[in-house]
Amino acid sequence: MTGKIEILAPGPFATVQDLGRPGYAAVGVGRSGAADRGSLKLANRLVGNPETHAAIEVTLGGLRLRFSEHTTVAVTGARVPIRAGGRAAAVGAPIVLRPGDELELGVASLGLRSYLAVRGGLDVPPVLGARATDTLGKLGPPVLAAGMSLPIGSVVQGNPCVDLAPLTRLAEEPVLRLEPGPRLDWFTASALSTLLTGSYTVTSDLDRVGVRLDGPALTRARVGELAPEAAVPGALQVPPSGVPILFLADHPVTGGYPVAAVVDEDDLDLAAQLRPGQRVRFTSPTPATSD
Amino acid sequence: MTGMNTVLRYGRSALLVEVDDVLGFQAACEAAQPEGVVELVPAARTLLVRFDPARTDSAVLARSLASLSTVDVSSRSAATVTLPVRYDGADLEDVAEAAGLSVSEVVQRHSAATYVAAFCGFAPGFAYLTGLDPALHLPRRSTPRTRVPAGAVAIAGEYSAIYPHPSPGGWHLLGHSDAQVWNVDREQPNLLVPGTLVRFEAVR
Repeated sequence: MTGKIEILAPGPFATVQDLGRPGYAAVGVGRSGAADRGSLKLANRLVGNPETHAAIEVTLGGLRLRFSEHTTVAVTGARVPIRAGGRAAAVGAPIVLRPGDELELGVASLGLRSYLAVRGGLDVPPVLGARATDTLGKLGPPVLAAGMSLPIGSVVQGNPCVDLAPLTRLAEEPVLRLEPGPRLDWFTASALSTLLTGSYTVTSDLDRVGVRLDGPALTRARVGELAPEAAVPGALQVPPSGVPILFLADHPVTGGYPVAAVVDEDDLDLAAQLRPGQRVRFTSPTPATSD
Repeated sequence: MTGMNTVLRYGRSALLVEVDDVLGFQAACEAAQPEGVVELVPAARTLLVRFDPARTDSAVLARSLASLSTVDVSSRSAATVTLPVRYDGADLEDVAEAAGLSVSEVVQRHSAATYVAAFCGFAPGFAYLTGLDPALHLPRRSTPRTRVPAGAVAIAGEYSAIYPHPSPGGWHLLGHSDAQVWNVDREQPNLLVPGTLVRFEAVR
């Protein structure tokens, strides 16, 4: 152990996340892990960590920390003002901290989730091989609260060697690619075009499990209940209201509502950055272009 | 000539196979080891096959899964777990009334059957057990409870289950068991892995 981080304020909701625990779905344990996996990996690379190290996933900013040792951290994901040791700092860049320095994230202006990686990673005890907090399965470290402290690990991959990383563009009105899901035929023939032409609003009923949308409802063509079946992140599960729920990192391993469509896995990081009140549209995947 | 299985696309890195005998089909997949498969997730009528798109092509894998024959696992020697149950659940009388049975008949029928852990879901270690006496097949409660205690032994639809953790739940509570069905500190955290045979033994 090479030091610790003291949580002074966690913001609205903050957890420890790594890349999760794949391979346990058959015993009812989902993968979990960072909702925006690309941002977690980037934050780790910026401080010279392996991409798999555990970091703090912050929701809407508001995090305040104090560091016990000299260290380097990086914040990625949502656009958020940062003050580190009393100075302004940038998203997507390594930040050097001295013992006793505080680091504070303001309120995110674009996007929802920020990732704070610390050089050496967070050395909390792993559960089933991962340090991710699974909010649905109730596994892994506890949700962060003021007064807690997190041990910093010592395993690194190299030295931080980038001053500023290009960040994924976050749109005011994101467009997510989707493809037909396994149970699209449980809905009327217009269901896919309803999804592709409609404009949906992100409700405040949103967490690491999923995002409840508001917008045009899909109409069921088949009555009856679907036997529970396994789900994947990105699944658009359609409850009786007809308005889909988009599954994120802590989605249930099996679900009982038909899945009409699936958001492309390359767009899941963007889906994890959706904010309440934001509008979102869906589009068909197009062949890769060379832009 | 065996029939072809229905294989449904589920995003870019998974396929959902509809089969009657899910565990038998899973055994066939495990034996055949199709290239690129990374995880199998059984459920009630389907097996989810997650694969690495860098190692296999969705269409190629779909074809090989469609023609795979189910392995007969009914004679395979499976672990049997006996769970002691105190039949004191809050819904015993409602279940008896809905089923047109006495409370002791409900207990007798529930504890007489041999169940199979068919699949897990809902929560870590929550196993859906098939083999429930058809007289006890009831729809879920119209209003789910906000909190069902850990160890609750319950039924809903064609399934019985034991709640591994305190959680909300819409199943009918018949009793409770002190058996630890989930413990992350065990090498196999889940006592009721799919395929396990399960019996309930009434205790006082």
